[in-house]
Amino acid sequence: MNLKRRSLLASALAAPALRARAQPSGPIRIGEINSYTTIPAFTVPYRNGWQLALGQINGQGGVLGRKLEVISRDDAGRPEDALRLAGELLDQEKADLLAGGYLSNVGLALSDFALQRKCLYVAGEPLTDALVWEQGNRYCYRLRPSTYMQAAMLVEEAAKLPAKRWVSVAPNYEYGQSAVKWFRALLEKRRPDVQFVAEQWPALGHIDAGATVEALALAKPEAIYNVTFGADLTSFVRQGNTRGLFEGRSVVSLLTGEPEYLEPLGAETPEGWIVTGYPGKAVQTPANREFEEAYQAKFNEAPRMGSVVGYALIASIAAGIVKSGGTGSEQMADGFRAAAFDTPFGRAMYRPLDHQSTLGTFVGRTALQDGKGVMVDWRYVDGASVMPGDDEVRRLRPHEG
Amino acid sequence: MDFVVQLLDGLAGASTLFLLSAGLTVIFGVTGVVNFAHGSLFMLGAYVGWSVLTRLPSGPIPFTLGVLATAAALGGIGVLLEVLLLRRLYRAPSLFQLLATFGVVLMVQDAALSLWGPADLTLPRPPWLRAAVVVAGSRFPRYDLALIGVFLLVAGALWLLFNRTRWGTLVRAAAENREMVAALGVDQRALFTSVFALGAALAGLGGALALPDGSANLQMDLPAVVDAFVVVVIGGLGSLPGAALASLLIGELQSFGVVLLPRATLVLVFALMAVVLVLRPNGLLGRPAGAVRAGTAEGTVRATPRPLVLAGAVALLVAIAAPLLVGPALLAIATEMLLAMLFAASLHFMMGPAGMPSFGHAAWFGIGAYAAGLASRDLAAPMSVGLLLAPLAAGTAAALFGWFVVRLSGVYLAMLTLAFAQIVWSIAFQWVGLTGGDNGILGVWPPAWAGPFGFYWLTLALCTGGTLLLRHALGTPFGYALRAARDSPLRAEATGVAVQRLRLVALVIAGAAAGLSGGLSAYAKGSVFPTFAGLPRSVDALLMVLLGGVGTLSGPIVGALAYTGLSDLLLAVTQQWRLVLGGLIIALVLAFPRGIAGAVQTAWQR
Repeated sequence: MNLKRRSLLASALAAPALRARAQPSGPIRIGEINSYTTIPAFTVPYRNGWQLALGQINGQGGVLGRKLEVISRDDAGRPEDALRLAGELLDQEKADLLAGGYLSNVGLALSDFALQRKCLYVAGEPLTDALVWEQGNRYCYRLRPSTYMQAAMLVEEAAKLPAKRWVSVAPNYEYGQSAVKWFRALLEKRRPDVQFVAEQWPALGHIDAGATVEALALAKPEAIYNVTFGADLTSFVRQGNTRGLFEGRSVVSLLTGEPEYLEPLGAETPEGWIVTGYPGKAVQTPANREFEEAYQAKFNEAPRMGSVVGYALIASIAAGIVKSGGTGSEQMADGFRAAAFDTPFGRAMYRPLDHQSTLGTFVGRTALQDGKGVMVDWRYVDGASVMPGDDEVRRLRPHEG
Repeated sequence: MDFVVQLLDGLAGASTLFLLSAGLTVIFGVTGVVNFAHGSLFMLGAYVGWSVLTRLPSGPIPFTLGVLATAAALGGIGVLLEVLLLRRLYRAPSLFQLLATFGVVLMVQDAALSLWGPADLTLPRPPWLRAAVVVAGSRFPRYDLALIGVFLLVAGALWLLFNRTRWGTLVRAAAENREMVAALGVDQRALFTSVFALGAALAGLGGALALPDGSANLQMDLPAVVDAFVVVVIGGLGSLPGAALASLLIGELQSFGVVLLPRATLVLVFALMAVVLVLRPNGLLGRPAGAVRAGTAEGTVRATPRPLVLAGAVALLVAIAAPLLVGPALLAIATEMLLAMLFAASLHFMMGPAGMPSFGHAAWFGIGAYAAGLASRDLAAPMSVGLLLAPLAAGTAAALFGWFVVRLSGVYLAMLTLAFAQIVWSIAFQWVGLTGGDNGILGVWPPAWAGPFGFYWLTLALCTGGTLLLRHALGTPFGYALRAARDSPLRAEATGVAVQRLRLVALVIAGAAAGLSGGLSAYAKGSVFPTFAGLPRSVDALLMVLLGGVGTLSGPIVGALAYTGLSDLLLAVTQQWRLVLGGLIIALVLAFPRGIAGAVQTAWQR
């Protein structure tokens, strides 16, 4: 089965390569920007992921007969630095396109830059809906399922719960705000009988976990919607466990099933939370197994969500360039539309309608196995299945192109 | 509503804050060093604690011993830091120690990443650490109760140490009058080293004790040091009882703030700090501190030496011709340098000649940038209007806020500016409706007619013009009066100089110049973000000024160019840019304690 997928990829890459002899022969340069020093827990596995993809693609002869090259920069978590680096990558390093980003604001800034300079930008991780909707533009494509899509996946499960009194806790910035907004709106639509009785907005990386847990408990909720992640999540879970916040209550939690955020919870992983994430090795599809084995062999550790994103990002760019048949910005801005690519999660494509990829994610429940948090009862939810209707998307995306 | 649990939560929070700030305040009280690396010591405490505690059995006694061992290890690191670095800097201008310890912050970040890896590290909690007691009908963690006990224990032990031992007496004496203690034959070196070790050990203790409630992660250092600064300033610099009191206040404020104002948690603490500093300029229990000045008194302003004028003219000609000589990438860096130059020059104007060291200079930069951004987005105003509004808005804000600032001096003044900048940042961050929150304001590009070169030349004209005007102002009677007010406020007052009004005018000028730089930056980046008013930007400006040399007029210019060039170069060359940049900063501080321009000046005059 490995062979099948590999040969598929190879043939997909090789066929147009034959046609493209007239192309310049130097490498195709991808200018890549991410928050390597500020969010290392995600971005280091992410870098491993794109390096793996890069090695595989170049090992098979590259794209359009040219090697792929990634020139990587660290934005230190600051959008204005990302903009400066984007200029540098474009002007000095002669990058053919831009890629990367972790924080939503960095993604939006790069997207605006791409529009201004008319160059392609492929966003990997930034989750904000604005990237493809309110501020979507011709030159920007996005890989990960957005906050809307992930919230919609969770609402599917949350609506089945008997709980009526809900509370939410989310980091107080774009990602947290839009994650709560969509979850509330979608859940209230499905279940007019639910009400949200309290909300907590800790500053990112600065949660006062004891007080937050206490404040949520005061509202006597039946269910909790959590959007915190990383160090905030660890503190929140520990205080919640000790104080019994989660006992007898349903918890629905965004991203918590991703190994980056689940692993630090260790033996204290609360059981039965409904989460989005990545079950890792447990996903026994050929695509994931092949990816997992190659990753393990190269880096001697299990892949995380960041690894998948980095890998899929480069795979999607390779496929997009092949489909475009060249690296001109206009050519690629058109060519990436409907470009299909293989990821460890299966095949996905960039929707022509809003440049959002149909890459999905896993929804499941948390459980404890051998003192470690894992995802169980999971299923893969394809991104295309949780999108709003096309007319709704057109309304949300005013700047067509 | 049940207040008992919130009260206890506040106390537990106060315990962590106290451990964090006690070390900082002790170190400052005795050595006068503002230790920016204190948060890094806290972070190292968490990491070392993790390494120690995961290797020990999980009972309460091994846990206690492991935590104490961690504190001891951090004490050792503190000794190394003092002996290798800070000991060489006690005679340098006090903000230089800040610069050096900032270099340490950068290096520790990369060192911790390579030693412990990128993932958050958590300590598995055995059942005894997870247990809870029932308080007023709710469960409260027993460990948090124990933390409150640690607070009392450490506060008591420190009180005994400082009031009942010979060492403590000497330390308090040194805090009062260093020279006198030295004259009486006390080995100051050993005293300072031991104080630094104590402070570092306390930070390590705090870091290790924070593990069961959270994790060791690479993002914990800067928030920790900012928290510690706030506590120390509210309590009064150098005052341990003050730190305890301020910890209690902030702990409770945060705990109740979460219930009452869950969306405004960022603003609350800094608003408290601003109020305290306005009402009690030396903090709650602090005593008036001697002015901590950025530089030693220079002689009169000399006419710029001819070679320097020539060099400047040549540099200007090269800068004018630059678009024809270099590609767009270098031009973007040049634009960046010009903006940094005006920004640094405006800070230098404040902290050098006007004697007002600012920790929050980014406030004016941010206000200017947002004025331009909002004008462009909401009023659809052309660039000229945006660029006019930027210095106007920043200057106006500086005039309003300056009224509080100019009455303070030294570190308190620096901290009030920090509080104001953090308030500006929090508003930019949390008032999403107006500012767009962390997404910022996008699409603030210069008009098409300016072309790729036009905007560069405009920036060159405004930044160079602004910088030269600031420089020129220092040679006027106004500049002389300003420096007189800095060097001796009393005598200046006696000769009829209205010191506070003068400083207010200087603040408004500096604020407007920084605002102009911010407005131009908005157009250069095409966007405005809360980070424009963030702490790292204020630190950047400080680094540029100190690197260039605060005692010279050319310092900020040289510093801005060197720092911008250096960080651009490093970002492109290495993934471990923080390690290299931190090392370079420390090396520069040790080699050129008067800054680059200061060193050149000394060599020139020799």
